[in-house]
Amino acid sequence: MNLVSALVQAILVAFGGLLLVGYLAKIRARAEGRRGAPVTQPLREVLKWWGRESVRSPEASVLSAIAPTLLLALSLVSAALVPLVRVPTSSGYSLDLVSVALLWITGSLLLALFAMDAGTAFGGMGASRALTLAALAEPALLVALGGLAVVAGSSDLSRVVVGELRHPAWVISPSHLLIAVALLVVVVTETGRMPVDNPSTHLELTMIHEAMVLETGGQDYALVSLAEATRLGFLFSLVTTVLFPWGVAQGGGLVALTGGLLTLVVKVGVVATVVGLFEVASAKIRLFRVPELLAGGVVSASLGVLVAVVSR
Amino acid sequence: MRTLIDVDPGEIRARVAHYVDDGWRLAHLVGRDLEFATELIYVFLRHHDGRHECRVRLSGPSPSIPSIAELSFSGGRLERLVRDQLGVEFLQHPEPRALLRHGHWPKDVFPLRAGPLRLEVSDDAEPYPFLTVPGPGVYEIPVGPVHAGLIEPGHFRFSVVGETILHMSARLWFVHRGLERLAAGRSTEEVLRLAEVVSGDSAVAHSLAYLLALEDATGVTVSPEVTARRQGLLELERVTHHVADLGALANDVGYSVAHARAMRLVESLQRLAQEITGHRLLRGALSVGGAQWNYEPPASLFPSLSGEVSSLAEWILRHPVVRDRFELTAMLSHEDAARVGVLGPVARASGLKTDARVEHPLGLEMPLRTQETGDVRARFDQRVKEALDSLDVLSRLVAGERPQARGSDGAATGEGLGVVEGWRGAVVHRVALHEGRVSRWAPIDPSFFNWPALAVSLADTIVPDFPLVNKSFNLSYAGNDL
Repeated sequence: MNLVSALVQAILVAFGGLLLVGYLAKIRARAEGRRGAPVTQPLREVLKWWGRESVRSPEASVLSAIAPTLLLALSLVSAALVPLVRVPTSSGYSLDLVSVALLWITGSLLLALFAMDAGTAFGGMGASRALTLAALAEPALLVALGGLAVVAGSSDLSRVVVGELRHPAWVISPSHLLIAVALLVVVVTETGRMPVDNPSTHLELTMIHEAMVLETGGQDYALVSLAEATRLGFLFSLVTTVLFPWGVAQGGGLVALTGGLLTLVVKVGVVATVVGLFEVASAKIRLFRVPELLAGGVVSASLGVLVAVVSR
Repeated sequence: MRTLIDVDPGEIRARVAHYVDDGWRLAHLVGRDLEFATELIYVFLRHHDGRHECRVRLSGPSPSIPSIAELSFSGGRLERLVRDQLGVEFLQHPEPRALLRHGHWPKDVFPLRAGPLRLEVSDDAEPYPFLTVPGPGVYEIPVGPVHAGLIEPGHFRFSVVGETILHMSARLWFVHRGLERLAAGRSTEEVLRLAEVVSGDSAVAHSLAYLLALEDATGVTVSPEVTARRQGLLELERVTHHVADLGALANDVGYSVAHARAMRLVESLQRLAQEITGHRLLRGALSVGGAQWNYEPPASLFPSLSGEVSSLAEWILRHPVVRDRFELTAMLSHEDAARVGVLGPVARASGLKTDARVEHPLGLEMPLRTQETGDVRARFDQRVKEALDSLDVLSRLVAGERPQARGSDGAATGEGLGVVEGWRGAVVHRVALHEGRVSRWAPIDPSFFNWPALAVSLADTIVPDFPLVNKSFNLSYAGNDL
C-alpha cells in the first residue's frame, strides 16, 4: 500500500508540476490581458520534444547522456518519499528532512554539471549563477526545515506533519510564519521564478536557469523539462504541506486518500496563485541584490527557529 | 543654405580642425566614384541650420588622403566606412581595420566603385580581431549574432570577471543590403521606397531626410501645409517608438505587465497611423512635395494620449525594483558622449544639447530638453519628455497652427542635403542627381554614431544588465549597415 501510493504520488507530482508551470504562465497571461496558452501547454511541449532527436555538443561527455534521466529519477524519488497526500503507516517510506535537502542539492549540482558539460559560455554562466544562489538558498532551507524538526522533536517528515496536525496553534504561531517566509523565498529562488529569475525571458544574458538548458534539445530537453517541473511541483507541495498540513490523510482508505489528494491540489493551487500574482507584480531584481533577498530568508528562518526554541 | 567649397587633399586636416574647433559636427562623409576621379564630401552641420560641405577630388587608381581620425572620433569611423566602400586609403589612420567589410568579402571588391560587382563570397577567412583582455579570472562570453529572441543580428563579445564587464566588442554589419549601390541610376520615386527601409522603424525620418535632400537638389519649395503634415507624421513616429521603448525597458527588467500596457498604447498609435496614412508603420506617407493626411483626428485625442503616457511612465517608475534597475545603470558621462559624438535622445540623456529639430528646424518650434545623469533612468525619462512634447506638437498642428513657409533657396544644383531629427537622432541624407535620376544617395542613421557609446557606457556594468542597457540605447542594426 505504501509503495503503491508513493509511486502514484511521484507521478502525480510530476504531472502536477507541469500543470503548475502552465498555471503560473496562465496567471501572467491573464494579468497582461492575454488569453494565454492552455494550462496543459507544458505537458504538450514535453510530448513534442519527446518525439524529437536529442542533439548533443561534440564536446559533451557521457554525463550529458545520462544526466537528464538521472535528474528525472532524483526528482521522482524525492516526490515519492514525502508525505504529501497521506502520512505513511510504517516508517521507511518517508524521507528525513536532511535527506530532502540533500536530494535537492544533488539535483541542482547535477543540473549545473550537465549545463557545463556542453562547453558553451551560457551553460557555464547559468551554472555559476545558479550555484551561487543555491549556496545561499540552501542554508535558508536547512535552517527552516531544521526549525520544524526541532519543534516536532523529529527530523522525520511524517512526524513533523503529524505533530503539526496535533498542534494547530503552532502552525499559526509567529515563529512558524517566519519559517514560512523563509521557505517561500527558497521556493521562488530554487525554482527560478520571479523576481529572482524570469522563466519567460528571451534575453540569454539575463538567464539563470534557462541558460543552463539552452544547449539541450529533443528527448534530453523533454526529460530535463519534466524533471524540472517535478522539482517545482515537489518543492511547492512540500512547502505547502509543512506550512499548511491540514487535510493530509492519516489512514489508508480510498476516501481518505481522495480527500488528501483533493486538499493537496487546492492548497498548492492557492499557494501557486499567491506566488503567481506576486510574480506578476514584481520586476526582476538585480542579480547582485538576490543575495540580500536570500540573506533575508536565512535571517527569517533563524529568527523563527530561535523564537520557537525560546518559547517552548 | 548649403555652402560647398572645393578643398585640396593636402589641406583637409587643417580644414576639418578649423570646423571642429568652430563647433561644427562632421555629420557625414560621402564617397563617390566618378570614374575619372574619386570624390569625397565632408559634410559639416551646426546650429542655426549651418551646412557646410568640403569637396575633395582624388585621382588615380589607388586614391589616398590624410586621415582626420584624430580630430573627430566619428570621422575616423566614417573614413573606415568609405575605405571599405570605395578603397580610398586614409593615411595615418590610427585604427585602419575593416568596419563594414566582413572577412568573406573578396579583398579587391569595393561595392561603390563603378562597374560590375563581383559577388563571389568565400568562407570567413580572416578572424575578427576581438580585443583579448588578459589577466587571471577573465573569461569571454560570446553572444549572437543569432539571439534567443527575434531581434536583429549582432555579435557581442564580453570580457568578464565574475559578472562585471571589463570590455565589450560589438561586431555588427551582418545585414548589409547594398542599398546605396542599389539606388544608383534609379528614379527618385524608387529611391524613396529604399529610403523607407533603411531602418524599417524610422520610415518617416529616413524618407523625409531623403525628400528634403531631393527638394534641396531640385529647388522645390514646400507649402506650410505639407511641412505641417510632415512634422506631424515625424512626431507620430517618434511618440510611437518612444512609448514602445518605455514598455520594452520595463519588459527587460521582467515587468511584463507594464510592457503589455505600453503595447496597448502603441497599438492605438499605430491604428491612428493607419487612419492617417493607410500604413501602420507610416510607409508610403511622404512624396516629393507632399505628405498624406487622410484623417483629421479629434483635437481631444492628443491631450488624452499625453495623460496615458504620463500615467504609464509614473506607474512603471513607482515600482522600487524597476527604479533600482534603472538608476545608476550604465552611465554615459557628458564628456564621453561628446567625445564619441552621440546623437538623439541618448545624447540628450547625457546632457548634450543636440537636436536637429532645433539646429535645423522643420515646422513648429520644439523645446530642447536634456537630462543630467546619463544612466538608463535618464534615457527613460528623456523618452517620456520627448513623447509628451511630440504629442503637444501634434495637438497644436491638429488645432490648425501652421509653421512658416520654408524650403530651398530655389537653386537647382543637382545635389542636396536633408537633415531630420528622427526618433533615434539626426538622420542625414545626401543626394546627387544626374539627368533626373539618382546618381548617388548616401543616407546615414544616428545608430552609426551611437553604437560605440554603448560599449563605453558598459564599463563596470554587470552582464545580466546588458540587455537592459542595449534596450535603453535601442540602436538600429539595419540602419547602421546599409
